Amino acid sequence: MDNYSLTNLRELEAEAIHIIREVAAEFENPVMLYSIGKDSSVMVRLAEKAFYPGKVPFPLMHIDSKWKFQEMIDFRDTYAKEKGWDLIVHYNKEGFESGVGPFTHGSKVHTDIMKTQALLGGLNKYKFDAAFGGARRDEEKSRAKERIFSFRDKFHQWDPKNQRPELWNIYNSRVQKGESIRVFPISNWTELDIWQYIRLENIPIVPLYYAKERPVVEMDGTLVMVDDERMPKELRDKAEMRMVRFRTLGCYPLTGAIESEADTIEKIVEEMMTVTVSERTTRVIDFDQEASMEQKKREGYF
Amino acid sequence: MTTKKLNIQEFLDQDQKKDLLRLLTAGSVDDGKSTLIGRLMADSKMLYEDQLEALHRDSKRIGHAGEEIDYALLLDGLKAEREQGITIDVAYRYFSTAKRKFIIADTPGHEQYTRNMITGGSTANLAIILIDARHGVITQTKRHTYLANLLGIKHVVVAINKMDLADYKQERFEEIKADYKAFVTQLDVPDVNFIPLSALKGDNVVEKGDNMDWYHGPCLLEFLENVHVSSDRNFDDLRFPVQYVLRPDIKFRGFSTSVASGIIKKGDEVMVLPSMKKSKVEKIVTYEGELDYAFPPQSVTVTLEDEIDISRGDMLVHPDNLPRVERQFEAMLVWMDETDMNLSTQFYIKHANNNTKARLDEIKYKVDVNTLEKSNIEKFKLNEIGRVVITTTKPLFFDPYKKNHQTGSFILIDPVTHNTVAVGMIIDKLGSNSLPSRITDVDKEKIAKGEALIKPEEYIQKYNQKGETIWITGLHGSGKNELAFSLEKKLFDNGATVVLIDGSSVRSGLSRELDYSPADRAENLRRVAHICKILNDQGIITIASYISRNESLRDQVAEIIGKDRFHMFYMDADLEYCKNNKPELYKLVEEGKTSGLPGVDLEYEAPTNAKLVFNPEKNEENLDAILDYLAMNKVFPNH
Repeated sequence: MDNYSLTNLRELEAEAIHIIREVAAEFENPVMLYSIGKDSSVMVRLAEKAFYPGKVPFPLMHIDSKWKFQEMIDFRDTYAKEKGWDLIVHYNKEGFESGVGPFTHGSKVHTDIMKTQALLGGLNKYKFDAAFGGARRDEEKSRAKERIFSFRDKFHQWDPKNQRPELWNIYNSRVQKGESIRVFPISNWTELDIWQYIRLENIPIVPLYYAKERPVVEMDGTLVMVDDERMPKELRDKAEMRMVRFRTLGCYPLTGAIESEADTIEKIVEEMMTVTVSERTTRVIDFDQEASMEQKKREGYF
Repeated sequence: MTTKKLNIQEFLDQDQKKDLLRLLTAGSVDDGKSTLIGRLMADSKMLYEDQLEALHRDSKRIGHAGEEIDYALLLDGLKAEREQGITIDVAYRYFSTAKRKFIIADTPGHEQYTRNMITGGSTANLAIILIDARHGVITQTKRHTYLANLLGIKHVVVAINKMDLADYKQERFEEIKADYKAFVTQLDVPDVNFIPLSALKGDNVVEKGDNMDWYHGPCLLEFLENVHVSSDRNFDDLRFPVQYVLRPDIKFRGFSTSVASGIIKKGDEVMVLPSMKKSKVEKIVTYEGELDYAFPPQSVTVTLEDEIDISRGDMLVHPDNLPRVERQFEAMLVWMDETDMNLSTQFYIKHANNNTKARLDEIKYKVDVNTLEKSNIEKFKLNEIGRVVITTTKPLFFDPYKKNHQTGSFILIDPVTHNTVAVGMIIDKLGSNSLPSRITDVDKEKIAKGEALIKPEEYIQKYNQKGETIWITGLHGSGKNELAFSLEKKLFDNGATVVLIDGSSVRSGLSRELDYSPADRAENLRRVAHICKILNDQGIITIASYISRNESLRDQVAEIIGKDRFHMFYMDADLEYCKNNKPELYKLVEEGKTSGLPGVDLEYEAPTNAKLVFNPEKNEENLDAILDYLAMNKVFPNH
């Protein structure tokens, strides 16, 4: 019987493919939200597997806050072209034109306008009825109790107290017009699973995850990388070259680097297992307000 | 426990081979559940990471840290949420050892959280039932065991916790074990294991400790790491419920799904349900390349040698091993919604990638989850569990849940709120022919009130027509009977279910005491109208050709049948034509041998509101016109 058993990674993979195909079969207009991060890279690979030898039958959408690391944008454009993805890049035009940014408006306003509002704008513009996200339940406590098919009302809001029961692998995809489902095919993956899978499958990821000498400025205890001219000059002048890498990727002024020598996946995992700080603590966003992630999720952010 | 230190490459290579165990824990904070999970996660993490060469922790601490660390604090949420009065849900927690990854579905234990436990347990391989050594087997223990058993969880670990508060006494452990065994024999749990432990002190959780030398079994983590679950899946009965039809170009036509059960092999002869067509597996396609065989829960795509029409919800099986293909079955149902069940609801049912509608025919009984006693109920409330009879609109392909979790489980969705209101597990039971009366108590009430159990829509769907009346008026001899009989034949040939209420048949039987006086003519028409009504109510089309000489008579008929299903046509023939066509009766009237014939000694009022007016000499055209009319009004065919 032993040849009929799957490893943890293959079982998670089979589960994710099942979820992705279910959405393609039951929804009229799904989209996969692509953040360029490592979890997104894994999710896109799973979608490619689900429909092989065919193409992924729905578009990917990147919500560009216009403050992403340049290396992320380069990576996105290279792979979208190489793999032939149907990629939508959406941003909040009004926000961008009125100059909203983390340095001038603070992280809270920036995140709300350039990320949450931009996401909602993108979803409304294309009338998507299902949107895949690469969130994992082990990332953060409000996610630990979220469903794989997470129902959102007409205003994209999540109601944690009123979630649909979700049993076996039978997913309820019934929505009224205007309502939608956020779908998390890699809910049951841990950070270690993600790294293991990237290693096993040789999935390309943004080089920022690997340690390298980079110009950084220390701001309120966070190491912020100088990515472009929009960082105020007085800060840029304080920049120094340090061996750093990023555990998560977001807007460059909001995502802190960590000092690290880990320049391979193996070293990253080794570092991860010896460092006890949780992954998201390098994201400034979580510290902004009490239970901030749950609040943001209720408002429609992932 | 491995002690060899590995470098990172070795560590990752080994780690990548580990498998996955999904487990359910149910209990309240008072049982020490949080402490147990907290310790399991924290201590195993240390052991796991200690395998890495880079790490040099003082592992002596493990198993003896109880006094210093509040492990319960490691788990956020549960306690705080309850204090705040927030609905406690299922929380998923993850931890790993070198051998396995574990997903814990952590659910609260009180009765009002039964649905949460059901949700968390649906995918679990194993359940941990917590018992406080001071209290022994209590109601909650029985409830949790019953629910684990209902969900078909094959492995149960009875964790007898707080042994430190029972002086680590073997007698206490044995006593509880005996009590539990006495109770569990009523159920059908294949694998039950007992572990005495103290989550607080760490005895027998991750390390054995030395407080219970009399216990020679494995500690909890060791047990979880080694329990054999891969053979729990059904590898015998091939069920390949098509989830997605993959058609990237005209050459490739693949059928994708996660294999529900059994093994599918290249070259296998397979049968497609419901069409019963057979073909062979040509290829099993994956991104990594073709496979010779696939097994559950792999998600694959197969192609077949023959071109067969297959869509989502169809199922590939081996021809010598079929599931049940039926519209009716019995199941254990758990009501999950805050709102009470409404018995007349037609639910959406989702089962093995199939969507259809379902209605509850009968609630056989409700089970009290605490005492396992059965009782009769009218409808389900939140958290109630019972046995039901369900009928679906189209047949499902299923197996009993006990044999096959994938094809034996379903969810019911409310058609209005779209909530998942109930979940069910199909019971091994004989086919629908052997089911007792399908008439439920609700049905009996309806019958008492004279209400039909079949809805008008169901007739329309079944016959593909609307039960309405085609009424042809006209003088005696106008040719309306010829039209009526040829119309009946035409509709019958086209597949309609139609009855012609023939005037002479009625006159010679049902109305044989009536004569041709105006009063008796009216009475005859009243009877005909009622026959039409009864038949129309049953979805059947009726054709009636009667002189029905004036507006008030025809209105009465329309009133009885129902105005919206009364379609009147007029055969417009002049008297001379009629006399030539059927001279006998006209002659009798002219000779004074009889009287009361409309058009001769009684006035015939031609209708002003006929849907169509016919010329008697054009029978073919009249027929076409009437068929067009029926199609346009969706009387027949209905689509």
